[in-house]
Amino acid sequence: MLYLLEQCLNGVQLGMLLFLLAAGLTLIFGIMDLVNLAHGSLYMLGAYFAATFAALTDSFLAGIGLGLLATLVAGMVLEVIAIRPLYGRDYLDHVLGTFGLLLFFNELVRLIWGPAGLTLSLPPEMLTAVQVLPGVYYPLYRLVIILATLAVALLLYALVMRTRIGMLIRAGASNREMAGALGVNIKLLYTLVFGLGAALAGFAGMMQAPLSFVQIGMGENILILAFVVIIIGGIGSIRGAFVAAIMVGIIDTIGRAFLPDLMRHFVSYSAGSSAGPALSSMLIYTLMAAVLVFRPEGLFPAAQR
Amino acid sequence: MADALLEIESVSKRFGGVIACDAISLAIPKGELHAIIGPNGAGKTTLIGQLAGEIAADAGRIRFEGRDVTALPTDRRSQLGLARSFQITSLFLDFTVLDNVALAVQAHAGHSFRFWRDARSESELRTPARAALARVGLAGRADVVVSNLSHGEHRQLEIAMALATTPRMLLLDEPMAGMGPDESARMVKTLRELKRELTILLIEHDMEAVFALADRITVLVYGRIIASGTPEAIRANAEVRQAYLGEQEQRHG
Amino acid sequence: MSVRLTPRNALVAGVIAILALVPIYAAVSGNTFMISLFTRIIILAIAAVSLNLIMGFGGMVSFGHAAYLGIGGYAVGILAKEGVNSGLLQWPLAVAASALFAVTVGVLSLRTRGVYFIMITLAFAQMVYYVAIGLDRYGGDDGMTIYKRSQFGTVIDLSNKTVFYYLCLALLLASIYLVWRLVHSRFGMVIQGARSNERRMRAIGFPTYRYKLVCFVFAGMLCGLAGALLANHTDFISPALMHWTRSGDLIVMAVLGGMGTVFGPVIGAVALLVLEEVLSGITQYSQIILGPLFLLVVLFARGGIDGLLVGGRYG
Repeated sequence: MLYLLEQCLNGVQLGMLLFLLAAGLTLIFGIMDLVNLAHGSLYMLGAYFAATFAALTDSFLAGIGLGLLATLVAGMVLEVIAIRPLYGRDYLDHVLGTFGLLLFFNELVRLIWGPAGLTLSLPPEMLTAVQVLPGVYYPLYRLVIILATLAVALLLYALVMRTRIGMLIRAGASNREMAGALGVNIKLLYTLVFGLGAALAGFAGMMQAPLSFVQIGMGENILILAFVVIIIGGIGSIRGAFVAAIMVGIIDTIGRAFLPDLMRHFVSYSAGSSAGPALSSMLIYTLMAAVLVFRPEGLFPAAQR
Repeated sequence: MADALLEIESVSKRFGGVIACDAISLAIPKGELHAIIGPNGAGKTTLIGQLAGEIAADAGRIRFEGRDVTALPTDRRSQLGLARSFQITSLFLDFTVLDNVALAVQAHAGHSFRFWRDARSESELRTPARAALARVGLAGRADVVVSNLSHGEHRQLEIAMALATTPRMLLLDEPMAGMGPDESARMVKTLRELKRELTILLIEHDMEAVFALADRITVLVYGRIIASGTPEAIRANAEVRQAYLGEQEQRHG
Repeated sequence: MSVRLTPRNALVAGVIAILALVPIYAAVSGNTFMISLFTRIIILAIAAVSLNLIMGFGGMVSFGHAAYLGIGGYAVGILAKEGVNSGLLQWPLAVAASALFAVTVGVLSLRTRGVYFIMITLAFAQMVYYVAIGLDRYGGDDGMTIYKRSQFGTVIDLSNKTVFYYLCLALLLASIYLVWRLVHSRFGMVIQGARSNERRMRAIGFPTYRYKLVCFVFAGMLCGLAGALLANHTDFISPALMHWTRSGDLIVMAVLGGMGTVFGPVIGAVALLVLEEVLSGITQYSQIILGPLFLLVVLFARGGIDGLLVGGRYG
């Protein structure tokens, strides 16, 4: 029972990271109508920046802060140089162009940081467990991830729904020409939105780093999960991304935790150990397939454009 | 009407808060050229969309040749003989004129699960295609890539494609849109010839053409029919003049 | 049908000639690496041609095409591991398994519009990738060696590099011819029309969905065959074969060569893989050049090499 609770929390935590990635993707798609396969590269860059700055300043928090700044800047520069020419073209062009960028970034990272990867260690204060319920302990850092992402989600919500900039973002989404005609600097807006998306992705990457690794290509697998989240949640919808991300995170984690055991009741031990994770990942895609069949616009479709 | 080819029964459509079509009922007998006129936003294109099967009606029934087609998809309706041209030109731009029409012929020449023979060499497809082109006056442009045609030629091609599907009824959505006086005159001539063998539902803004061609006219304003009858009756109708024709006269000074 | 000497035709003839002569050059110069490199190029060219059938001609951008390379390869590998070495059993099964997967993905994704379709095909391919990782018995993440190539009795010996090379070349030429006929047939007209203007196709009476599905399955089957060939070529299969970024490589080949023709992807495959070889001889960071190069191609030479020669449909 305790194990189940722990896994649920892990699922929520994974969901939070997925949300960060998916929110950026869906924002960029919703507002600029751009499919960005290089989003995983920004996730990777975030982790690399944070690890580098943390090592330089000997401070985890400084690493995160500086890393976020660096990713934001990198994102905006990328937008101006390479993404702008892609606006207005068809999706195949986006996909191809950003794929080229993905290849480029993997190699660039290898050039600058070498093939071995980096580590980002937590400060000792974070290496404890916290009592979430009587008798139930959960790693502090994972809790921090959940809370930090929730804070980001709320900030995002406030930004998009309550501020003038958010209004501009929504106006840009619903009617580009009008917003442009009204004097909104669309170019600048797009650059900022892309930067925001990049920062969200980078944040996810650096949050994830102490739990696993910082290495080349680290964004490629999780990017696909982020796409699945968007499909399930509805392209263009941040609320949908949030709900779908939690769902996917929990299903994936619980699946990985319990399916191997379940399988082992039916098949041999080793087959169960390997079939388990495979089946749990199939669960996600089965869910996506189900959404496609019964509700192809997603669970919370954004308003039609 | 017993011999109505197309029966539109109380067809309605709303988009969010806007009622595009409000309980529209109309019966079009075989052989008639029926024009639908009305100011922009009156719901004319939405109506054609529902008749053609692209938009699902919220309420009402559509019957073609006595058969209820309300739930049928677009391609099935075309197979039944209901052809449609588009208001905003919708063609295969990177193909030649002849290829475009031949595709329309092909759609009605049995199934297309034929994987070997070069379709462009099939006279079964090319001959009727050339015939359709000849009827609209585009025979000489058969081998031109469509993106190189003039706007007026695009509109003619739209008609040719609809014809190539051997329809029993044509739904024409502003065929003369954007045409100059010469081109319009030619289109009117074409339509007058087609009128002899096909039933036509025509949406148009060009009043000269409408009054020259239509057997009956229906006036649509804000999604509702405000008048329906012979051209003379419509011309004399005060409400219509006020709502629509008056506008037109003002515009033409 | 007359064949004129245009730059495009000259390039096609030239490439075929080069491909035909590679083993002879290798025999003469002693450079057997060339045979290996070009066998790989030919096999991936078959895969790229199959992708271009749905992508260039059908407008269905599938980011999951590498899955079929994996399915075909694993069919051969799994059967070999279980003692079934006959190519007459392995290869048809590879193709059949690919067809089955294609039908499933096609049914679920072909009713969706552009960007969804891209993401969905990507997701399903990744699913197959994870399944392969989970196949402990067949190597899992590390992959599995294939100890015996597909057996065809005394008819043909695939372990002979040159023989295998010419078999692959023959299959490539046959594929190109088949796809070429397909694209110009009635079926091909429907597929191309649906790419050009699907709304129009339905308006004139075509139930486009079923044609697109059949086309999608054909492409999957052909790529599955390429997968079987690839497994034989490398004597090894692993999940990495079908990671979604490998699908990207196939797309790059098709675009680079030119999506508007049947032969374009072959040119693309040759160009890309040769370029990669050359670059990796100069620097170990070839993608730093290739990545942006590809972006530039997308932005300025969208018709690929073929487009540059012809100034055609996409150029």
